[in-house]
Amino acid sequence: MSARALLELRPEGLWCPAARVHLDPHKPVDRAVVTHGHGDHCRPGHRALLATPETLAIAEARYGTKAFGALQPLPPGEPVRLHDATLTLVPAGHVLGSAQVVIEAGGRRAVVSGDYKRAPDPTCAPFEPVRCDLFVTEATFGLPVFRHPPAADEVARLLASLAADPDRCHAVGVYALGKAQRLIAELRRAGHDRTIYLHGALVGLCTVYERLGVPLGPLAQIRGREQPLRGEIVLAPPSALADRWARRLPDALICAASGWMQVRQRAKQRGVELPLVISDHADWPDLQRTILETGAETIWVTHGAEEALCHWCAGQGLDARPLALAGRGEEETQ
Amino acid sequence: MRRFAELLERLVFTPQRNGKLRLLEAHFAGTPDPDRGWALAALAGTLELPNLTPSLIRGLTEERTDPVLFRLSYDFVGDLAETVSLIWPAPETPPAPPPGLSETVEALAAATRSTRPAVLADLFDRLDPSARFAVIKLCTGGLRVGVSARLAKQALANRFGRPIERIEELWFALEPPYEDLFAWLEGGEEPEADLALSFRPMMLANPIEEHQFPDLDAADFAAETKWDGIRVQAVATPAGRRLYSRTGEDVGPAFPDVLEAMDWEGCVDGELLVVKDGETRPFSELQRRLGRKTVSARMLAELPAHVRAYDLLHDGAEDLRPLPYADRRARLAAWRTRWAPARLDVSEEVAFEGWDDLAAIRDASREAGEEGLMLKRRDSAYLAGRPVGPWWKWKRAPLTADCVLMYAQRGHGKRSSFYSDFTFGAWEEGTDGPSLAPVGKAYSGYTDEELVKLDRWVRANMTERYGPVRAVAPELVLEVAFDALQPSTRHRSGVAMRFPRIKRIRWDKPAAEAERLSTLRALAGLG
Repeated sequence: MSARALLELRPEGLWCPAARVHLDPHKPVDRAVVTHGHGDHCRPGHRALLATPETLAIAEARYGTKAFGALQPLPPGEPVRLHDATLTLVPAGHVLGSAQVVIEAGGRRAVVSGDYKRAPDPTCAPFEPVRCDLFVTEATFGLPVFRHPPAADEVARLLASLAADPDRCHAVGVYALGKAQRLIAELRRAGHDRTIYLHGALVGLCTVYERLGVPLGPLAQIRGREQPLRGEIVLAPPSALADRWARRLPDALICAASGWMQVRQRAKQRGVELPLVISDHADWPDLQRTILETGAETIWVTHGAEEALCHWCAGQGLDARPLALAGRGEEETQ
Repeated sequence: MRRFAELLERLVFTPQRNGKLRLLEAHFAGTPDPDRGWALAALAGTLELPNLTPSLIRGLTEERTDPVLFRLSYDFVGDLAETVSLIWPAPETPPAPPPGLSETVEALAAATRSTRPAVLADLFDRLDPSARFAVIKLCTGGLRVGVSARLAKQALANRFGRPIERIEELWFALEPPYEDLFAWLEGGEEPEADLALSFRPMMLANPIEEHQFPDLDAADFAAETKWDGIRVQAVATPAGRRLYSRTGEDVGPAFPDVLEAMDWEGCVDGELLVVKDGETRPFSELQRRLGRKTVSARMLAELPAHVRAYDLLHDGAEDLRPLPYADRRARLAAWRTRWAPARLDVSEEVAFEGWDDLAAIRDASREAGEEGLMLKRRDSAYLAGRPVGPWWKWKRAPLTADCVLMYAQRGHGKRSSFYSDFTFGAWEEGTDGPSLAPVGKAYSGYTDEELVKLDRWVRANMTERYGPVRAVAPELVLEVAFDALQPSTRHRSGVAMRFPRIKRIRWDKPAAEAERLSTLRALAGLG
């Protein structure tokens, strides 16, 4: 059989006929395999959900215990037989619990990467490349303008700004799952051991991370206007920083941690004073490197700049096509 | 180059004036010569580098990258300089260490037409993306970091404790990289300079309030019209001619007609206006001539520029600034008779009997191009800055119109979370019944408490979003004050307000009773 027969695009998302499962479907299905806990990959309502134990814990924290029928944890590296296919989860390095889905059937292997990055991240297991025939890759930052600097350099800029402006509260816009915890862990690595203050929307997932063995140091939820926040670091969803919630912060210097911050027009549009280029996705060189390391001859490109990555693949003699998946990419653009 | 690139990056993202000043002060104090002088020149707009066209930069980049990927990246980023700085494929090992700002400036200045691409490519190979961006901005004109020449000089004055007036006076005699200027700022000798053609810091007036009049004797003051143009200083000596804005920026290149007519010697303080066939035209017509690098013959004919003199600061080489205002005006009249200048007349003194009489005069006339009155003490010397007492500006009572709030947008800085920018409209009769046509946008005039209420109202009455803009239900009436209403081809309504601000929120007034567009168009002199 051809590797292409391992996966089909259906209205509700990718479908693997041999295993009879959907992968990251965006509508409720009977049996879903989910790569990681972000809302555009893991949605509530599936009758059965298979994912890493960490992803299941995150899904329960976000959607409650009744959002899914049955939960089936599958630790990374342990193959499981589903109908005519063998399925294995392999770390993707994107957020805690994130995994690539490796599907083997009929002597062929397909890998669905979900979202991934190659840069080191103290909060999750590193990406492991898997040789395969068909590689389904993301392309969030699939343009040659995206080359992410080391996160440690960006954290150093944040701490330098905090030292230079000690009267201002540094409020960093972060996504609640992954970016918040990674930034905290990177700050700890850089020696920042003060309490980090959190918007209420970030507290639950930080607790899950700590329960799953990722230490984050002293954290406090922001309540009212009483806490002394000058000279401190505050993390909040970007939408809260752009809105009324931010009024409680004393003389806030608005920062944002996102791969999009590489484009200064974007940073300026959002009223960001200190843009930090910290991304949980592969940048352009890492997308290229990863595609070559899989040895796959067929590449399907999902959400992001598919056109540019497909163009590059064609130049490498690879058979690449864009997969128009609905509802993707919202976590970075919110 | 690294430091300069960092400075530009921080300036771009720092909205507050004080924040920008702090960054500039730290840069000028902590950067050695000549790099800080080149930075000053770049920020103040005095750095002359061969102009590199976008097509040259684009061509150079396309040679090094896949043109399809370049096009897709440009589509995404939307800014050529930023796309090129990010996509440029630097070699694994740069050909040489990264150049400093002065080396960069010298390399670009020395490049000939034929060597420019190679010089630029070499710089790009040695620099990181943010420094590449800075290089492109240096040679394509306009850093666009929200720093004026005035702000850069203010930072120097703040950091080194020298008066900004003196920095401005010396400025036009000095050249990049300003090593003599920095030597003086740091305690050395003042640079020797021929100041004949330099900018003289202007004397500015304070607004006067009604309650201040009883304390002032009308006989001590001369009154004149406050013209609605741009305050300028015109200087001519045998060595050259200059036309400066209020902040000392050289606006001469945009007004070659004025420069050509300056075949006299002296320094005149006046108002730049468009005067056609003896008639003073509204500000909107002058606005069309501002900020142009080249002016077409058609524009010169259609919108002839003119200086209306208020004061004479130098008669030939003689400095008149210490003389009383009344004496300077007499010298101005004599000077005008002597030179009979073209494109220049004198703003006539407005005769009046007392304050009540003057108030009546002020409110009687609403000619185009007039903003109100100026009151100047007859015994006042010409002092730099805005001293309280000698000069007052007395703007005429504003016009008002009740308009309907249509769109709101969040503001910046302190107001970043508030809906504080308001677009409002007036009713227009259409075939489908009345609809609103936007007539202006205001960011000020309300109190902090009113802002909170407006913000709350906007959030509760949003109907649609267009990017950052929120449309609201057409239900809230704002009483808008403005100084003038002018015909405009840029606005669909056909009118543009000058200095609109929100005077009152008319919570009580039904929206249907707000202003008709036809009324406003008539006020603007449109049929």
